[in-house]
Amino acid sequence: MIPLSWYLIFAAGLFSLGLFGVLARRNAVAILLGVELMLNAVNINLAAFWRYGNVTDMTGQVFAIIVFAVAAAEVAVGLALVISVYRSRNTVVADEIDMLKW
Amino acid sequence: MTTAQIIFLVVAAVTLVSAFMVVTTRNLIHAALWLVATLFGVAVTYALLNANFLAVVQVVVYIGAIAILFIFAVMLTRKEMRDQGPQLNSAWWISALLAVLTFGGLVGMLWGWKGMDTLASEMPVGFDSVSALGDALISPNAFVLPFEVASVLLLAALVGAVYVAFNPRSGDSRK
Repeated sequence: MIPLSWYLIFAAGLFSLGLFGVLARRNAVAILLGVELMLNAVNINLAAFWRYGNVTDMTGQVFAIIVFAVAAAEVAVGLALVISVYRSRNTVVADEIDMLKW
Repeated sequence: MTTAQIIFLVVAAVTLVSAFMVVTTRNLIHAALWLVATLFGVAVTYALLNANFLAVVQVVVYIGAIAILFIFAVMLTRKEMRDQGPQLNSAWWISALLAVLTFGGLVGMLWGWKGMDTLASEMPVGFDSVSALGDALISPNAFVLPFEVASVLLLAALVGAVYVAFNPRSGDSRK
């Protein structure tokens, strides 16, 4: 049997890699890839706590499904923004998208 | 070492290596394909956790829809910075330090917790987690309201995405 800690440490590693991607990448699409990694790490934790807690209580899995829906919404809006900015500014580098700065 | 433990370690190693490639590889198409490998590893993790529905949804929604959407977005924007210029910003070492500190902090925080070595109880005989999940999602006593709110959120996000990405000029030229 697998102890709960293995899943939690695995998810912590995935989350940290995603955090690094979000903070260090210059390309806006790559930043969104990092966000996906972080959301997946959270979902692993939710599923693991569902399995290691009371299995008949479905809260953990329902929460994971809501996270799926929110992730899909986030990606759709995020990529639409990136494509829209690319069309008007011809760049996808996050540092160069500074229209709100003055 | 039981078989399940060996399978978990292999899956976790493959997933973490692919996640590392997602955040470091230069070519974004390759990053998106490594993301598919990562998501598949997470799907296998769900299967190991007996979360059957989540494993299937992970493959269908994440790999089938979200990863493909990423590949589309990369192809629509790629000529800008495919192979020239650094892919990481100048302060990447601070980000790496922060990520390592986050990992260390999380593991250190978990280290003192006494629930760490919990083993999963056996699945109850005759318990079907998929039908239990379906019941929970539509039962008024459980999660029907968050479920409906999530669907409204998804609809609003999709309408917003179409509106933001819509190009009026290309719409005119088609007439």
